[in-house]
Amino acid sequence: MAGAVATLDARADTASKFEANPATRDSPWVKFVVIGLGVTYFVIFLLLPLVAVFAEAFRKGIETYFEALIEPDALSAIRLTLLAAALSVPLNLVFGVAAAWAIAKFQFPGKNLLITLIDLPFSVSPVVAGLIYMLVFGLQGWFGPWLRDHDIKIIFAVPGIVLATIFVTFPFIARELIPLMQSQGKDEEEAAISLGASGMQTFWRVTIPNVKWALLYGVILCNARAMGEFGAVSVVSGHIRGETNTMPLHVEILYNEYQFSAAFAVASLLALLALVTLLLKNYVEWRARHTVSEEIA
Amino acid sequence: MARTINKRVLPGFGLSLGFTLVYLSLIVLIPLSAVFFKTASMTPEQFWQAVASPRVVASYKLTFGASLLAAAINAVFGLLLAWGLTRYTFPGRKIVDALIDLPFALPTAVAGIALTAIYAKNGWIGSLLEPFGIQIAFGPPGVLVALTFIGLPFVVRTVQPILEDLETEYEEAAASLGANRWQAFQRVVFPALFPALLTGFALAFARAVGEYGSVIFIAGNIPMVSEITPLIIITKLEQFDYKGATAVASVMLVISFFLLLIVNGLQAWTARRTGRTV
Repeated sequence: MAGAVATLDARADTASKFEANPATRDSPWVKFVVIGLGVTYFVIFLLLPLVAVFAEAFRKGIETYFEALIEPDALSAIRLTLLAAALSVPLNLVFGVAAAWAIAKFQFPGKNLLITLIDLPFSVSPVVAGLIYMLVFGLQGWFGPWLRDHDIKIIFAVPGIVLATIFVTFPFIARELIPLMQSQGKDEEEAAISLGASGMQTFWRVTIPNVKWALLYGVILCNARAMGEFGAVSVVSGHIRGETNTMPLHVEILYNEYQFSAAFAVASLLALLALVTLLLKNYVEWRARHTVSEEIA
Repeated sequence: MARTINKRVLPGFGLSLGFTLVYLSLIVLIPLSAVFFKTASMTPEQFWQAVASPRVVASYKLTFGASLLAAAINAVFGLLLAWGLTRYTFPGRKIVDALIDLPFALPTAVAGIALTAIYAKNGWIGSLLEPFGIQIAFGPPGVLVALTFIGLPFVVRTVQPILEDLETEYEEAAASLGANRWQAFQRVVFPALFPALLTGFALAFARAVGEYGSVIFIAGNIPMVSEITPLIIITKLEQFDYKGATAVASVMLVISFFLLLIVNGLQAWTARRTGRTV
């Protein structure tokens, strides 16, 4: 998955090439069986759950659907989800650009270790991600007593939710930028500097235009995860309705209260977000390919 | 400037690396180290009791067993899907290709309640299986279904680019030497795909081991039967057993570090074999 844009070469329609060549063409029944099995698997495991979200959301009619969305607790959950994403995405964006700049443009010892460490949050269970902030900021944690004495709430409050969200979305933008900027090297930037451009001018006029699609790609994925995170946020949230519930947590509460239609109504917003994410992602991939093939031509 | 003039023409090394290291330490490394400090404050007996009680051991078996099985299912069907998407033209191919990444984009809680709705007794698939006495939701099979869902894109997306880049010459050579299609696949194509397939399998497995959101709705969460390890951590936290929760978390962390190393090794192997990163 690393650097999907970076590794996406001009993906011409390879399928027809393979089908036209007798040496790589499979017999019709093999094609039929492979597509049949693959698509059945796709429908059962991917398409049905997606359709089910919307079917369940509208089961009790359109009025119930919208009532579930404009109810105060739902609105406050939507606000908190937007806030968590609005804070964590820009922070991880700045980090991603800084990390990619250091790693791609300079040589230093321990570089590979640093790249591995940046990927670390992806392999940590979301539940453990929430737990570690409890251990640092919770009442029994390192700073717990001090925070309590100064009346600062991090755990079971909004700052904890934002921190947990930053942790789980930490690598998204960096891992898109690092492989791409490494493959681009530093010749263009050095040319700009030697022609008299300042560091900032070089960064904004040379580096950023070169990586804009990968950057956008990382931001889109980072945002989707930030808005949808459940496990990590669940640990540090405390589940206070109207205060520390994000949309996924609100879905859980409604579901556990057997308010299925309302739960699926809020879930359908998140499913829409996922669909928009995939749409944007495909658009960015297409644009990135387009730019690459233009440059080659 | 004079000191570095030949080596570093570009500015910002100190600033960017400094910021990277500080941010990485504050957000990731220092909080993660808290797990090991907390664990180190326990006596060996306390630790052993927390990580090896029968209920916790049962959760390891379920978590790792179901994750392994889900990753294996995805290896088979992921290869099949990747093959179909790169080698054949068929209507709807672009839509299938675009939706493969849905498990990455769909919040896990949404996936969890949607899968539960489908596989419960009165659900679309659950009601079909009910007459045969097969129950998926609220038991270990539900865990498997959820972990299969979230792991689906990994194998497809690691194998697909390798398949696209594979030159036709190899199969042409195989055909000209008298190999049939199955022999060409088995002896020529599959060995080229194998490192990527294994990487996708390892990624899907690593993701499944830590998964929480999509599983807890469909699992039924019966102690000793359908309780996953991340849920054990949550349960211990809710009982204010911070030490117990941290001990189990440390076991999971060590396993994730180990899996991360394996994945890195596999990715390096794939890159050496095929000249591209996955």
